[in-house]
Amino acid sequence: MTPFALENRIWSGAETISRPELAALQVRRLRELLARAGRVPFYRQALAQAGVSPADIQTPDDVRRLPVTTKEDFRQNYPLGLLAVPREQVARIHGSSGTTGKPTFVAYTRKDLETWSDLCARFLVAGGLRPEHTVHICFGYGLFTGGFGLHYGVERVGAAVVPASSGNTARQVLLIQDLQADVLVGTPSYALSIAESARQQGLDPRDLNLKFAHFGGEPWSEGMRTQIEAEMGLMAFNNYGLSEVIGPGVSGECAARNGMHIQEDHFLVECLDPDTLEPVQEGEKGELVFTTLTKEALPVIRYRTRDIAMLDRSPCPCGRVGVRMSRVAGRTDDMLIIRGVNVFPSQVEEALMRVEGTALHYLIEVGRPGAMDEATVRVEVRPQDFSDKMSQMQSLRERIGREIQSVTGVRMNVELAAPQALERSLGKAKRVIDHRRKEL
Amino acid sequence: MKTKQLSLFLENLPGHLHNVCKALADANINILTLSMADTQQFGILRLIVKDADKAKAVLEDAGCVVDLTEVVATEVADHPGGLADILEVIRKAELNVEYMYAFTFRRGDKAILVFRFNNPDAAVAALEAAGVAVIDDVEIYGRAE
Repeated sequence: MTPFALENRIWSGAETISRPELAALQVRRLRELLARAGRVPFYRQALAQAGVSPADIQTPDDVRRLPVTTKEDFRQNYPLGLLAVPREQVARIHGSSGTTGKPTFVAYTRKDLETWSDLCARFLVAGGLRPEHTVHICFGYGLFTGGFGLHYGVERVGAAVVPASSGNTARQVLLIQDLQADVLVGTPSYALSIAESARQQGLDPRDLNLKFAHFGGEPWSEGMRTQIEAEMGLMAFNNYGLSEVIGPGVSGECAARNGMHIQEDHFLVECLDPDTLEPVQEGEKGELVFTTLTKEALPVIRYRTRDIAMLDRSPCPCGRVGVRMSRVAGRTDDMLIIRGVNVFPSQVEEALMRVEGTALHYLIEVGRPGAMDEATVRVEVRPQDFSDKMSQMQSLRERIGREIQSVTGVRMNVELAAPQALERSLGKAKRVIDHRRKEL
Repeated sequence: MKTKQLSLFLENLPGHLHNVCKALADANINILTLSMADTQQFGILRLIVKDADKAKAVLEDAGCVVDLTEVVATEVADHPGGLADILEVIRKAELNVEYMYAFTFRRGDKAILVFRFNNPDAAVAALEAAGVAVIDDVEIYGRAE
């Protein structure tokens, strides 16, 4: 049971237009998008190859005639080759993990930032945010889209922001308590850490003023929602987004909390079989593919998210028109989310190569022994790297740890292993064991 | 006047030390002395055996990471101040001890100290100049017989 009765308040009239109105808007915006994308050499070539022009778009489903875009395309066009506006029109640049040491950059015009703030405002208001509230944001502020995306969304609603950023958990409790925050924004696992820290300080987290929480940045379960709500005495909402599409604000829950409404007036969504790229049956799991309908600086056409989820097209009692997506049930690639940060095993490999000069045998183990994710990398020691001096072995271990942190942005434990200690497989090497999978 | 020592990388896991000792036992190699440096996650095992080169080959066949290092072994009087006297020589020569360990044999009133120095040759010269008995492999093996 939720501790607070929540009124169904709707931020924008665009959220409740009719399905036919939405379809007409999507077709118009999709045509405009194709015209804009034509300024990007990558898209110009891809669209020419597919033989599609704006006039060919008659219904939203015609998006299927367009070519798909992948993370690899971002990498090939590093750093900002997919930019569709002159550089002087760029107002902000964010980034996310690339599959190697280089991040993926995304750009926003002034208008994109306005749109983004508005989209965040929509799900924040749906999930209880009111202008009189104070919002504690403990997402990291930086290239990661979580911090700034939510920050401007909260400001758009007219509420007060405490930009606490991440880290120093004991201090987070102090800020939440003394500044009387009503709403918490961050990753769900960090919320549990904050609750734990409050209890260590002799405080019952339920006695804090928090009423609502908006969580994103990592997968979490219904069980975790129940736990957080019970431990902290608040109502928790899920939201979804990825930087390549815009960041947070792609979708979010309403008071019904039965799936996240995709903001379909800005993002065209498809749910596809990852192998055939054909749409899955209604209600079945598939890979989410998004086309940005309004983005100026960095439009993406049919971006393959690698996120596996389900779509629910049945009407929602809240009246919002956007289809609802389920929680992300998995990935079609090997990307891990560790403490809210996207990490690819290939990044760890790159870090190891920087230390050792050559690829090593390694295994990444991720678990959640307490509230937070813990990652451990086991690396085999090659005979030529072995030193009889303990200090040198310790420093090798520390060097590997530092390099992994510098490439991935995540601190991981490093364990040195004897040669041949890690299991060899005949096919694809097993690089990751994710103990959290069982809990989802 | 230096002594060969085998150093092995060992993960701190059940059975790993046993595997090493079993491989040496099967090859009929006797361990004269050993020392173990450990961390929570891994350790370095240091061994002095009679035939270091053969032992290295045996252990490498068993899949171990083995390093052959040169250490300096000295004889020391087995009474209070014995070690301090030797370290005084090392201090005066401004040499650094990477690590050390000691062992005694069943007979006599002397112990043997094994040192790993950053500069073993300088250490041997300083110790001998101060009249400390530096002993080599042959002599250690002889005493162990």
